[in-house]
Amino acid sequence: MSSAQIEIQVIASLVAIACAIPGTFLVLRKMAMISDAISHSILPGIVIGFFITQDLNSPLLILLAAITGIITVVLVEYIQKTGLVKEDTAIGLVFPALFSIGVILIAKNANDVHLDVDAVLLGELAFAPFDRLIIYGVDVGPKSLWIIGCILLTTLGLLSAFFKELKVSTFDAGLAASLGFSPGVIHYGLMSVSSVTTVGAFDAVGAILVVALMIAPAATAYLLTTNLKRMLVYAMCFGVFSAIMGYWLAHILDASIAGSITTILGLIFFVVYLFAPSKGIIAVLFREKQQRTEVFLLTFLLHLKNHNEEGERHVNHLNEHINWQKVRSKTVLDLALKNNMITINNKIVSLTEKGNDFTAQAIDYIITNEDTQIEHMKDDFFLFRG
Amino acid sequence: MENKIAVQVDDLTVAYNYKPVLWDIDLEIPEGVLMAIVGPNGAGKSTLIKSILGILKPIAGSVSIYGKPYDMQRSLVAYVPQKGSVDWDFPTTALDVVMMGTYGSLGWIKRPGQKEKKAALEALEKVGMLPFKNRQISQLSGGQQQRIFLARALVQNASIYFMDEPFQGVDATTEIAIINILKELRKAGKTVVVVHHDLQTVPEYFDWVTFLNVKKIATGPVKDIFNDDNLTKTYGINYKVSIQE
Repeated sequence: MSSAQIEIQVIASLVAIACAIPGTFLVLRKMAMISDAISHSILPGIVIGFFITQDLNSPLLILLAAITGIITVVLVEYIQKTGLVKEDTAIGLVFPALFSIGVILIAKNANDVHLDVDAVLLGELAFAPFDRLIIYGVDVGPKSLWIIGCILLTTLGLLSAFFKELKVSTFDAGLAASLGFSPGVIHYGLMSVSSVTTVGAFDAVGAILVVALMIAPAATAYLLTTNLKRMLVYAMCFGVFSAIMGYWLAHILDASIAGSITTILGLIFFVVYLFAPSKGIIAVLFREKQQRTEVFLLTFLLHLKNHNEEGERHVNHLNEHINWQKVRSKTVLDLALKNNMITINNKIVSLTEKGNDFTAQAIDYIITNEDTQIEHMKDDFFLFRG
Repeated sequence: MENKIAVQVDDLTVAYNYKPVLWDIDLEIPEGVLMAIVGPNGAGKSTLIKSILGILKPIAGSVSIYGKPYDMQRSLVAYVPQKGSVDWDFPTTALDVVMMGTYGSLGWIKRPGQKEKKAALEALEKVGMLPFKNRQISQLSGGQQQRIFLARALVQNASIYFMDEPFQGVDATTEIAIINILKELRKAGKTVVVVHHDLQTVPEYFDWVTFLNVKKIATGPVKDIFNDDNLTKTYGINYKVSIQE
């Protein structure tokens, strides 16, 4: 690996981590679309900053862009507050307006410079190593590495300082307000961090793909854990993994790095969406199938409990009387046998003591809906897991 | 006996988009009462609580807690929002939610430690939820979720408790468990204010009641003012129908 290759991967990884942090909270606050809005509408801020400084990496430009990001959020909330349109409509109104101002400004004034619409939309990570930061004649690395590094450090600092405040105001804004943690302050703090991160990441991955880096890792992590800290760590890991894999995919395909990173993010999400242990599609389908079987099992056990006469308890009776097909009868019988709930003698089915207790408790639960008494049953049966 | 005023509301008017939902409310809540706020849907019951707690800004009027503005008395007040107001799929555990009750006394930046954890565990124990402390909150039943919310308020160790419909969507056992805890709080000299829907249980559960329908209709001891006259004034001529609902 050349040093340029390493630098690109380090920059991409730092961008991914910096994006995953605000992204996690945006996903939990159901504000994913706001990141889309911010990423587009900071364009006029970047363009105006560029006109003033003539430097795409100037701190002033980041500041102006962040302010435009905040203006976006304020405008969206203002339009929404009128009650005339819903939030998604407000977002759809605000960001194209601001974005188009930026596009026109570029077209009118900046056509002959490095800032062009393509670079803004898609970014170009491959060029990042060429723009060096030179201090007193010493080359200390690519400028974008320093920028995103500073943003990441700030974000990490803010996260560790205000983790508790972020958590409580995201989960329960009413409680946060009553405890004295103004949800407004935290909201705009998060929006500011999102805006600044977007500007920092924007140079590397562009306005469209920065959304993917914010939302996809967090959405993937959400499917895998029920712990906020772990969700943050997972999101960062998915981001870094995608950044590095994406780089090498781009290398092999000789394609856009940003596009490859996003493709990897999408693939990872898809795999987790299918295979996540409890929230994945396959797990959900399996659980539903199990629950269906268990309902049949309970129906069958209840029938046994209600009938002492042998005719009603004959194996063949399952097919004739309860009107089940052979396959289903077999599944139910097997499940009951496996759990030692029934015994079968000469094709006559009898409830065991365990089966008897189980049926009584289950019916009791279904009638009273009292959870605490069936806690021990939750481990073995999906039916009671709500 | 009830000489001190815990909560005083003067001329409170609250509006959403310039449409008043609470109109010129004057209300005194004496210390040590277990009070129900009743009224039809849209009467402004939750709005009243939220305005007292400074979550909503009134367009007129003022609120004081033991004679001082809410901002100065935060540590004296605990709040249980409606269960439906939060996302129960949030990635966190029962214990962690209860710990949030300690955040107020910690203030900004400072993190909860062993002391806070111990307090949270005790509160969980009180509401009978200790065995579920590490359970993800979406895996709890409606009644259990409500108990967690109650534990979160208990951990604040406040003097005044505001609860927004704590009995909504809970099973009968939980309802009894909750009301017993509320009665214990009253016994300990705390003031408890509950937005309540079930008119039939008012005389059994509460000793103080406020009738609210955009305006305050009446407030006072249940035995004195919980009568057909006030019910009719609050719910209109069809109040008996609403009882049956």
